[in-house]
Amino acid sequence: MLRVHSFESLGTYDGPGIRLVVFLQGCNFKCLYCANADTIELKGGKETSVDEIVSMAQNQRPFFGKNGGLTFSGGEPLVQAKQLIPVVKALKAEGFHICIDTNGSIFNAEVKEVMQYTDIVLMDIKHMNTEQHKLLTGQTNEKTLAFIQYLQELSKPVWLRYVLVPGYSDQADHLHQLGQHFKDFNNIEKLEIQPYHELGAHKYEHLGWEYQLKGVKANTPEQLATAYGILKEYFKEVVIN
Amino acid sequence: MSKINEMFAKGMWSEQVNVRDFVQKNITPYDGDGSFLCGPTERTTKLWDICCEAIKEEMANNGVRSIDTETVSTIVSHDAGYIQKDLELIVGLQTDELLKRAMKPYGGIAVVEKACSEQGLEVSDRVKDIFRNYAKTHNDGVFDVYTEEIRKYRSLGFLTGLPDNYARGRIIGDYRRLALYGIDRLVEAKKADLVNLTGPMSDEKIRLREEVAEQIKALVHIKELGAKYGLDLSRPAESAQEAVQWVYMAYLSAVKEQDGAAMSLGNVSSFLDIYVEYDLANGHITEELAQEFIDQFVMKLRVVRHLRMNAYNEIFAGDPTWVTEAIGGRLLDGRHKITKTSYRFLQTLYNLGPSPEPNMTVLWSQNLPENFKKFCAQVSIDTSSIQYENDDLMTGTRNSDDYGIACCVSFQEIGKHIQFFGARTNLAKTLLLAVNGGRCEMSGKTIVEGIPALKSDTLDFDEVMANYKLAMKDVARVYNESMNIIHYMHDKYYYEKSQMAFVDTNPRVNLAYGMAGLSIVADSLSAIKHAKVTVVRNEEGLSTDFKIEGDFPCYGNDDDRVDSLAVDISNNFNQLLCGLDTYKNAEPTMSILTITSNVVYGLKTGATPDGRAQGVPFAPGANPMHGRDKNGAIASLNSVAKLDYKNALDGISNTFSIIPKSLGADADIRRNNLVTMMDAYFSKEAHHLNVNVLNRELLEDAMENPQEYPQLTIRVSGYAVNFVRLTREQQLEVISRSFHSNM
Repeated sequence: MLRVHSFESLGTYDGPGIRLVVFLQGCNFKCLYCANADTIELKGGKETSVDEIVSMAQNQRPFFGKNGGLTFSGGEPLVQAKQLIPVVKALKAEGFHICIDTNGSIFNAEVKEVMQYTDIVLMDIKHMNTEQHKLLTGQTNEKTLAFIQYLQELSKPVWLRYVLVPGYSDQADHLHQLGQHFKDFNNIEKLEIQPYHELGAHKYEHLGWEYQLKGVKANTPEQLATAYGILKEYFKEVVIN
Repeated sequence: MSKINEMFAKGMWSEQVNVRDFVQKNITPYDGDGSFLCGPTERTTKLWDICCEAIKEEMANNGVRSIDTETVSTIVSHDAGYIQKDLELIVGLQTDELLKRAMKPYGGIAVVEKACSEQGLEVSDRVKDIFRNYAKTHNDGVFDVYTEEIRKYRSLGFLTGLPDNYARGRIIGDYRRLALYGIDRLVEAKKADLVNLTGPMSDEKIRLREEVAEQIKALVHIKELGAKYGLDLSRPAESAQEAVQWVYMAYLSAVKEQDGAAMSLGNVSSFLDIYVEYDLANGHITEELAQEFIDQFVMKLRVVRHLRMNAYNEIFAGDPTWVTEAIGGRLLDGRHKITKTSYRFLQTLYNLGPSPEPNMTVLWSQNLPENFKKFCAQVSIDTSSIQYENDDLMTGTRNSDDYGIACCVSFQEIGKHIQFFGARTNLAKTLLLAVNGGRCEMSGKTIVEGIPALKSDTLDFDEVMANYKLAMKDVARVYNESMNIIHYMHDKYYYEKSQMAFVDTNPRVNLAYGMAGLSIVADSLSAIKHAKVTVVRNEEGLSTDFKIEGDFPCYGNDDDRVDSLAVDISNNFNQLLCGLDTYKNAEPTMSILTITSNVVYGLKTGATPDGRAQGVPFAPGANPMHGRDKNGAIASLNSVAKLDYKNALDGISNTFSIIPKSLGADADIRRNNLVTMMDAYFSKEAHHLNVNVLNRELLEDAMENPQEYPQLTIRVSGYAVNFVRLTREQQLEVISRSFHSNM
């Protein structure tokens, strides 16, 4: 059984095409800017069976069109990698296109097995610099970098996602570093810049937590343009979401 | 007919009145994109500017520019009226002045008097004298005959919006016939019908003979109407301009004589295209002029007005006229019916700006050309003015490819079929009868006898369902009685001769019932079944509130446990209605559609077992209740798609509102995603979709600053409306609806 936080049946920013997004409960990071803070808690979520998810997917199949499918997100979906295996296996057997939206920091045998049934990975790389990464998420980034390397070896299609937080993750030299590191990864189809927003801030109050990024403003158009300009030098396709 | 025979391919239509055959033999389906389209001419723009100024005056004057309080409106009662004669290529107004409303007292004189007095005007003494003392009206007839029971149901809110004090509408004349045949030929055909209506004079035959006699009179009057405008309507149209003009003249005569809630246009675009293609091919006109004919025709349709009371406007918000034009679809032979004029009609939304009227309805088939599908999606994204219906489902179920949509959602075979409109009944309030031993929860009056009191205040699903079935049975019975009365009287006192002149003699008739409150009922039954619901009662033992412990699935989340309840109840109620005898043996059909009566009904309905508080509006049509669809837009569409069209042949209305960003990251993606969604939704045999692509903030701004948004159009249950013409309450209700956002 998977522990699910919620579903979004019209996912248009979660991989290619229209997707049924399954938000799983639980995350091993605690990003300062997390917009889904109520998914972080490892316990909880609704127990959902393989059959239920396959059935939802079947009902929705005509909406996926040519390149849509399902995306497992969260939270960090690979926290439940073991429980995910039978789900993605069953979905693949029915011919669905599978996407995993992950921070890449969980990398073990079970994750490798999930990858066997995954068509594309949305890789949320939080920061190129390991100290800055720890500041932002609570953890360092070596595992993530290793995982991306692994996906390159598998030639698994990847879309990198990078949240541009003014003052925290938009430093020019780190963006160049990011580009330099990944520019020859030919499995990376595009990089999506996620503008920073505060829409999830109200959830912190409900949880009784303090929102750490109060006062950080949304990106100016210039900030976005600068970041785009740097990253465009290195990646086939760069989009601002 | 000789010139026409040279212009077009012959067929059955050459020998008998058969417009469908003419279309089938002469249509030029178009697979290309919209790049051929032209913008508005200077002339069109000038003319539309004049109309916009007049509309501003109208809005500033309590919604009515002027009223003719002297004349009883008929096909020939008014002299020719123009907006600005030297600019008009398509002529004709309902009265002698733009936006001047006319009296049609055969519907009811008290209604007309009230509509005038609410504007500070008085009906002329002569007209008052005639209709109070000499001529009987539809409204008089109905209320002479209504039973006490029917009156009780009406006043308490079980049956609202019945066409007992307004004209029933929902009849689409085949206005194309005027263009294809001209008056003389049509009169000949009706006279031939009379010759065949001989033999023993049964009631039915006498009635039919009288109807045809009236239709012939109407046709003669229409020729007279044409003469006032310098048009010879005795003969067929012989050019594109004439075809458009003739079709409009036929429609105009209908709206001079009748003020039905819905006076729909039919399926004229693919017909008119045949003439346009001929003129273009022969160098008689340019594309610019072709578009101008359509722009000016549509302009005329946009300024149709009817005289209404405020009470009417509360139920039918925003001054709708439902000039519904069905665009596209496919022929039974497999070819699609998209023509360049299909594109030209949609283009008017850019050339003249967005507008709720004419109520453009795209008949969507999986096999429509991709170019057209994308064009429509873009029009929806840009204007939120059009709606979509499932052509594959309708042609398959109703076996016709020559149909229009009457009013909001209802299939009607053009010229062969009419509807007897019946608004809708309040099935949510009916559910409360099951909980309150057959008594109205707000007044305490007994509505249905023989419903046992519940054994406990903790609601038991089977017990409530058993009582609900008893309640629905009686509500269906009373509804049926009121409908038979209404349509008998309407035929007798306010017969639609100008429209019926363009319909086959003795056509098939559908009795169009309706139901409101489906989502409330489904969620309430789901709560009772899956959670623990306890009734809170007042001193009189009537329910005032419901306590719910535990979770239950809500309709709109693609969850069969509750969606199946929605399907069962609607099927059940339809079956009850189908079992009852009808006037003229009309075939019963049912719609799941509310228009804006979801607000009115909400006010008259107490707290319901799903947790809804007393007075809160229902969701519109077949929509899930606001805020309860938590799994996103597609899950919501999937729930609605499960409803069974075969048990709701009058239509299933679903309004879909989404913010542009949620459709995707850029314009191309949004268009493609919208097309994919519609293909998918209709592939599941869903029936209808209103599509709004707007931001909630925009609507909030329009509410505060209406002068900035005179043409902002939004689709609501079953029709489109000019947002700033709604009352604040109605606007708030629309804004509170689910605006799908996956951000």
